[in-house]
Amino acid sequence: MPMKIIASTCTACSACEPECPNVAIREKNGTYVIDVKKCTDCEGHFDEPQCVAVCPVDGCIIKV
Amino acid sequence: MQASAYRDSSPAKTYISIGQIKSLGAALDLPETGGGCGTQGGEGKASCGTSAGPDDMPQEIWDKVKNHPCYSEEAHHHYARMHVAVAPACNIQCNYCNRKYDCSNESRPGVVSQKLTPEQAVKKVVAVASEIPQMTVLGIAGPGDALASPKKTFDTFRMLQEQAPDIKLCLSTNGLALPDMVNEICKYNIDHVTITINMVDPAVGEKIYPWIFWNHKRVTGYEAAKILHERQMLGLEMLTARGVLTKINSVLIPGINDEHLIEVNREVKKRGAFLHNIMPLISEAEHGTVFGLTGQRGPSAAVQDACMGGANLMRHCRQCRADAVGLLGEDRSEEFTLDKLEQMEVVYDLDKRKTYQDKVEVERQAQHTAKQEALAASSAIKVGDDLQVLVAVATKGGGRVNEHFGHVTEFQVFQVSSTEALFVGHRRVDQYCQGGVGDDEQLPSVVRAINDCHAVLVAKIGACPKDDLIAAGIEPVDQYVGEFIEKAALDWFNDYRARIASGAIEHQHRGDAQIRQGAYTNLTSGIALAA
Repeated sequence: MPMKIIASTCTACSACEPECPNVAIREKNGTYVIDVKKCTDCEGHFDEPQCVAVCPVDGCIIKV
Repeated sequence: MQASAYRDSSPAKTYISIGQIKSLGAALDLPETGGGCGTQGGEGKASCGTSAGPDDMPQEIWDKVKNHPCYSEEAHHHYARMHVAVAPACNIQCNYCNRKYDCSNESRPGVVSQKLTPEQAVKKVVAVASEIPQMTVLGIAGPGDALASPKKTFDTFRMLQEQAPDIKLCLSTNGLALPDMVNEICKYNIDHVTITINMVDPAVGEKIYPWIFWNHKRVTGYEAAKILHERQMLGLEMLTARGVLTKINSVLIPGINDEHLIEVNREVKKRGAFLHNIMPLISEAEHGTVFGLTGQRGPSAAVQDACMGGANLMRHCRQCRADAVGLLGEDRSEEFTLDKLEQMEVVYDLDKRKTYQDKVEVERQAQHTAKQEALAASSAIKVGDDLQVLVAVATKGGGRVNEHFGHVTEFQVFQVSSTEALFVGHRRVDQYCQGGVGDDEQLPSVVRAINDCHAVLVAKIGACPKDDLIAAGIEPVDQYVGEFIEKAALDWFNDYRARIASGAIEHQHRGDAQIRQGAYTNLTSGIALAA
């Protein structure tokens, strides 16, 4: 189950981008998006999805 | 998203010099210091030996701070700073911060209108520096944490050093990543670093910081605050050991860390902090911060003063936006938006900047001399020697009384006694005069903002507000137009004491005042920009 960024609540702060171990996050049209093909929920890398842990907006990044 | 807040701008006569703290920080390898300021003559030390430039400050430290509006109260009248918003990411969450809020009408730390790439930021700085020769300092203050986006921050510094070598560089941080970045900071000759430190006890810290992002985990509660505290102290010690000047910003949150800040002051002094800036919490429900929503509010002027009692602290901080441009308290960032930058032809003229800054130094010297003369006159009057009052001043910069009462968006407040005219803070107000017409509904809010002052010095004032001020017990004074503020304040005070002595008036105590930092409601129009 990959992660998804809710564009309407994303502040485009970019904090998630460098934390992703799969380089799955990039900027697109003033907000950030996760490439579902690359996202592994950080399994095998970390205990928790890094994008969720660092995101300042609660509920902005969810499982799809 | 934390230190992004409350990180910028600056201090007053409140320097804690390195020399002063040496004995306490004996374990640290503090930098060698030269002779005291007061013992060396020479150019460029316009205020050495005075309240505006501490007389115990070593020359090399004074050289670093004298033109930095955030580190020198005197410099803040003459020199400008700008922030570039290249660092939006943050590694911690603070209850007073919500960076989603993005409004050009609001001025408060952590708020920004346009995020910039390092390349765009450098172009903006060069354009501003060419247009505003008094712009001497470039800071990266977020809107997140400067060190949470290290690549963007240091790329900007590197390019700037190549293109505009005379601009001083500084940054603000919450301290979490600081110990890992000290080498990099030293590599780019960044000689000022601001750390936001709100506590030295994790039990206090957990009420301010809900979480930090640390070692690939979201850490919460007491443990989060403990890690942050340890990293802040370590980072501060490391910077002190490398001779980097540090300013500590603390957000005063009533009921949470107000009394605790005395302890914070002691701990940061011990570790070599150069300045400690205590700023009031800015908190309203519409900011959408945790404190805003839970009803936690900022302090009144009296509470802030009580917290400052005895400590050497800075007073001229304006808590500006993370993309502010201009003199402290002024924001010209609207003139330098990305669209406008693209159309600008910019030539960086070092000579022009130097010529302008030389002129400023002459002006500073004159200001200093005027103050000394006024003090000499003051000491000749033997009445009411222990009297001490506050005076509000309408100024648009240059250290002079030169603003119309109705055009003021921010009063400067000076504490005046027979021995001193000391800048103690700013009061933001809604502009009374809108398009040439006085707005009587605004006047009570202006009075509330300066209610603890005995007089207000202005360049000009209309008959109506004049009467209302007198009725409120604040004396409007328009006879010192264009004069240096300290001289004008002391001259008025001497006159005031003389009137008391002659029995013409009786000295009355004033009440408390309302601090409204971060208001700026009228700044979008051209009025403020032209000022």
